[in-house]
Amino acid sequence: MAVVKKLLLHLGSSLVGSIKDLTPIIMVIAFFQLAVLRQPIPNLADLLVGTMLVVLGLTLFVYGLKTGLFPIGETMAHGFARKGSVPWLLLFAFALGFGTTVAEPALIAVVDEAARVAAAGSMIENTPTAMTDYADGLRLTVALSVGLAIMVGVMRIIKGWPVHYLIMGGYAGVVIMTGFAPPEIIGIAYDSGGVTTSTITVPLVTALGVGLSSSIHGRNPLTDGFGLIAFASLTPMIFVMGYGMLL
Amino acid sequence: MIAGLLHFFDMLIATIRDVLPIVVIIFGFQLFVLRRRIPNLPQLLVGFLFVIVGLALFLQGLEQALFPIGKLMAEQLTNPVFLGIDTAAGSQTPEWHYYIWVYLFAAAIGFATTIAEPSLIAVAIMANQVSGGTVGIRGLRVAVAIGVSVGIALGTYRIVSGTPLHYYIIAGYVVVILQTMVTPKSIVALAYDSGGVTTSTVTVPLVAALGLGLASNVPGRNPLLDGFGLIAFASLFPIMSVMAYAQLSEWYGRRISRQLSDSREE
Repeated sequence: MAVVKKLLLHLGSSLVGSIKDLTPIIMVIAFFQLAVLRQPIPNLADLLVGTMLVVLGLTLFVYGLKTGLFPIGETMAHGFARKGSVPWLLLFAFALGFGTTVAEPALIAVVDEAARVAAAGSMIENTPTAMTDYADGLRLTVALSVGLAIMVGVMRIIKGWPVHYLIMGGYAGVVIMTGFAPPEIIGIAYDSGGVTTSTITVPLVTALGVGLSSSIHGRNPLTDGFGLIAFASLTPMIFVMGYGMLL
Repeated sequence: MIAGLLHFFDMLIATIRDVLPIVVIIFGFQLFVLRRRIPNLPQLLVGFLFVIVGLALFLQGLEQALFPIGKLMAEQLTNPVFLGIDTAAGSQTPEWHYYIWVYLFAAAIGFATTIAEPSLIAVAIMANQVSGGTVGIRGLRVAVAIGVSVGIALGTYRIVSGTPLHYYIIAGYVVVILQTMVTPKSIVALAYDSGGVTTSTVTVPLVAALGLGLASNVPGRNPLLDGFGLIAFASLFPIMSVMAYAQLSEWYGRRISRQLSDSREE
């Protein structure tokens, strides 16, 4: 009984937080719709029900984050640190990056759009098969680059390299590739970096980095534990431009 | 009501499909490589269940309520008739200042969606725990949201003016590298991560609609080529704003401690 009461209290307080988080969106939409566009809000009932669902969903998600995703990420990081096998840890890092990215809905949307651009710019034939092949190839490329990024990022935590060396190397890669890549692909490549890291991957990868750096002697969770996501959003840009150059 | 339930069910299936590879990887490694019992297994499973149901509800609500109206508004705001642009004048690019409402909307919606972004909430909670409370959850999220807001507003200006995307991004990289040299080292990794997490579930669909609407309505822009790039802006500018936030709070802290020591000497 006490557990249920604690759960309800916790959910209640994070419900208030979720309402606060959603208020800015509601205000922006109401202001622009009523004061700038000067039109009534269509389907007000739908909008209210939908907003309630968003608030409820966010509340449950944040609770699940603290009781499910964060603990499992940290438990596994400690487990790998105790086992002391670097190859297995790197394989896990790669699998986590590749496996979560390859099925990411936002990425599927972006690669389909990219195939349309490529067909319109006659980089590939304008047939459905050619476009599907192109999109699938691009999706695998991005997933591979995210897997590699998480793997290199974990290596960085183990070795204690400063995070900004890796990021500056990534920036240099992006700038150099921009000079050679076909102009049509640049916009998509730059955007692909932002869409790869999903809502479930981010908490897990963050917990992995923080857990690892707190179990390895001489690493600081704040300075070494973060940075995995950052590198994973740089490598897709480089790889997608490379993909555009090869085809 | 029934249609809504059916749709929620579809959403739940889709979310489970997204989570499935992660669950397989985690439990596969835990059982076959680490070979350890998972502590607190029931609590963990309940947590996963909450994440899946919560995310499905969240997405369902967004698709039902916020996305349709947000996309509609993006179309209406970029419409030449609303902006008072004479389309009969020919194909020449209109002056950038006609689009002032678009920049304002871009800034406002960028800020508002970032505050509600679940992955940013996750990173902020973790950063708060790890830093022992020095990094505030709300402070970090507001700093990131300001960065996204400035970034997307500048990104819409770029679409209107038609300047090449990579000039802005490369200039941004130079600023980030310069800031890295002067920012407190403890915040650098977190600032870099803030760039990657800002753009997911809430922000991407709305921002993509804005970019596409703008690129198809501004004369001389091609939606296929010029509609992209807003997400890149939204992932770059938070890095700068979070480092600026760290520098400001360090500078403020130094000033307070100097004032304290001054008053003690008197």
